[in-house]
Amino acid sequence: MKDKDRQEKIQENLKKWREGPFSKFQQRGWSEAYTSYREPVKEIYTPLDAPDEEYLDKSGFPGQYPFVRGVYPTMYRGRPWTMRQYAGFASAEESNRRYRYLLEQGQTGLSVAFDLPTQIGMDSDHPLADGEVGKVGVPIDSLADMEVLFDQIPLDKVSTSMTINSPAAVLLAMYIALAEKQGVAPEKLKGTIQNDILKEYFARGTYIFPPGPSLRLITDIFAYCSKELPNWNTISISGYHIREAGANAVQELAFTLADGIAYVKAALEAGLKVDEFAPRLSFFFNAQMNLLEEVAKFRAARRLWARIMEEKFGAENPKSKMLRFHTQTAGASLTAQQAKNNIVRVTIQALAAVLGGTQSLHTNSYDEAWALPSEESVRIALRTQQIIAHESGATSTVDPLGGSYYVESLTDDIEKRVEEYLEKIEEMGGMVKAIEKGYVQREIQKSAYEMQKRIEREEDVVVGVNRFAHEEAAPDDLLEVDPEMEKEQIKKLEKARKNRDEKEVKEALEQLKKTAQEEENLMPAIIEAVKAYATLGEICDVLRSIYGEYQAPTF
Amino acid sequence: MAQNKIRVLIAKPGLDGHDRGAKVLAQALRDAGMEVIYTGLRRTPDQIVSAAIQEDVQVVGLSSLSGAHNNLFQKVANLLQEKGYEDVLLIGGGIIPEKDRKQLEKAGFDRIFSPGTSTEDIVEYIKDKVNE
Repeated sequence: MKDKDRQEKIQENLKKWREGPFSKFQQRGWSEAYTSYREPVKEIYTPLDAPDEEYLDKSGFPGQYPFVRGVYPTMYRGRPWTMRQYAGFASAEESNRRYRYLLEQGQTGLSVAFDLPTQIGMDSDHPLADGEVGKVGVPIDSLADMEVLFDQIPLDKVSTSMTINSPAAVLLAMYIALAEKQGVAPEKLKGTIQNDILKEYFARGTYIFPPGPSLRLITDIFAYCSKELPNWNTISISGYHIREAGANAVQELAFTLADGIAYVKAALEAGLKVDEFAPRLSFFFNAQMNLLEEVAKFRAARRLWARIMEEKFGAENPKSKMLRFHTQTAGASLTAQQAKNNIVRVTIQALAAVLGGTQSLHTNSYDEAWALPSEESVRIALRTQQIIAHESGATSTVDPLGGSYYVESLTDDIEKRVEEYLEKIEEMGGMVKAIEKGYVQREIQKSAYEMQKRIEREEDVVVGVNRFAHEEAAPDDLLEVDPEMEKEQIKKLEKARKNRDEKEVKEALEQLKKTAQEEENLMPAIIEAVKAYATLGEICDVLRSIYGEYQAPTF
Repeated sequence: MAQNKIRVLIAKPGLDGHDRGAKVLAQALRDAGMEVIYTGLRRTPDQIVSAAIQEDVQVVGLSSLSGAHNNLFQKVANLLQEKGYEDVLLIGGGIIPEKDRKQLEKAGFDRIFSPGTSTEDIVEYIKDKVNE
C-alpha cells in the first residue's frame, strides 16, 4: 500500500509540474524528439516508468537470469572487453603485418576481414573476382595463404574472429588444419566465425547456396564444434549489417533474434540438444549515435534472448541463455565531409557499446567514408577504446545506466516492440519464409528511405553534411591497395595448385561430394580437402554442384 | 506523358553487397517521376551494358563500396563507348577516394557523387543533364 501511495503522489506532482513550470517554459522553446523507431520521447521519465517492485523480475543481478545488467558478475572490473579491430587487405603478407602491428599496440584479439571473392567461395582467378581481389579484405585461396596470414601468431594464445559466412566451414577447417601444423590441439582454439547466412540474403549479400543447404552447413558446424572445439563461438548472429542496411534499433534486434530462433530450430531439427550448442552462440550488434537508446537496445537484447531460450526452447544451462555480443560502431554514420569529426562520433558509439555491456568491440576509423583505414586512423580508433577503458570511469561499475528511468523505460519499450515483430515473423512461418516473401527486405528499405528523407528535410541533423557545412579538402593520406596485388595473388594460387598432390586433392573432393549427398557431418571431409590444399573455390564448387546457388529476387 | 519519363539503370558491378544507397537512390528517382531499373547484386560490366542498351536508358548509375570501382567502373565506361552508347549520362557513387573520382571523371564519367550527397541534388543533376 505504501508503494501505491508513493506512486499516486508522484503522479500528482508530475501533473502539477507539467501544467505549471513545464508548460510555461515549453512556450519559450520546445523541439520534438523521437527514438530511431519513430516513437515520441517523453519530456521526462520518473519512477512511474521504472517501478522498483519490478526490479527483481525484470533486472536481477549481473551474471544471473535474465542477464539485463550484464552476462558476467564482475563485467569490466574483472576483465575489460576484447579490443578487436576488423582488418585485412591486399595479401596474406600485408594483413599478417597489420595483425602483428595491432597486437603490439595492445589489441587483444584478431578479427579477419576476407575479400569478397573469398567470402563468396571463389578463387582469385575466377572471372567474377576481377577487380575485387584483396580489396575489402585478405584473399585466401588455400591453406597456403592461411599459413602466411598467421605466420608467427600462436593460435593457442590469440582469439580470432573470422567474418565469413557461406564458406565458414571451409575457413574454419583451414584454421583447424593450421593449428594442427602449429601443434595446437583443436580444444585450445578460441575464436568466432560469423557463419550467419540468413542476414546475407537480406542485408549483406555474400550468399552462395540456398537456405536449406546453408542451414545444414551451419548445424554441421554446431555439431562438430560441440565435440571438437568447445571454446569456439560457432556463429555470430549479426544485427550489425541489418542496421547498416537501414533498419532502426527495434528492427535490428527483431530480425537478429528471429535469425537466432531459426538457427536454434534448425539445430534441434538436426537432432542436437539445446544445451549442447546454445552456449556457443554469440551475437554482433551495431552501435549508433543515439547513446541512451543504444544502451537500452543492448539491455533489451539480453533479456529477450534469455527468455526466448528458457521459455521457448527449454534451455537449462545458464550459458545457453546468455546473450554475449560483439559490437562495431556504425559505419554508415561516418561522413565523408569533415572526416575527423568521425573520431567524436565513434567515441560516442563506442561508449554506448561499453555502457551496454559488450564483450568485444571494433571502433571504426575516421577515414572510412573514403577508403579502407590507414595505419594512423586505425591507431586512433584503437586508442579511443583504450581511453574509454582506462580513463573514462565508464567501467567502474556494472551497468551504470541501470535504474535510469529513461533507460529502463526504453529497455521495456524496445523489448515489447521486438516481441511484436517476432510474433509477426512466427505467423509468417519463421524467418526463412519472411525473407523469401521479401517482408524483411521491404521493412528495412522503407526505414532506410525515410531516414534519408529526414536528413534531406533537415529533420535529422548530420553535422558537416546538412548543417555546419564548410568546404574542406578530402583526406589525402588514404590507404591504397596496389592493383598489382591481384596478379600476384593469382600467381600464388597457381603455385599452390602446382605444389600439391593432385591425386590426393581429387580423392578428397570426391569424398566431399559423397558426404554432401548424404547426411553425415561435412566438417571432417572439408578438413581433409583443405589439408590436401584443395582451394576454397574447388571445395565450394563441389558443394555448388550438389546444392545449387541462391538466386536473389529484387524487391 | 509516360513516354517522356527519364529512364535510369542503377547497377551494382562486382561482388559488393552494400546496396542501401543504390536502393534509396532508385526509390528517390522513382518518386521524382523517373523510370528506374535496378539490376540487383553481382553484375558484370557486360551484363550492365547489355541491360542499359536493352532497356534503352538515358542514365546509368553505378554503385560500389568495395574498392573495385577503378577497374569495374572503367570497364563499364569503355564498353558503353565500344557499343556506341556514349551519349548515356554515366554517374557513380560509393566509397571512392577523391583521386579516383577525378580520374574517373576524366575517363568517361559525367559525375561521381560522394557519400552525403542528397538524393534531391542527384535528381536535379539528372534532370538538368538529360534535358540539356
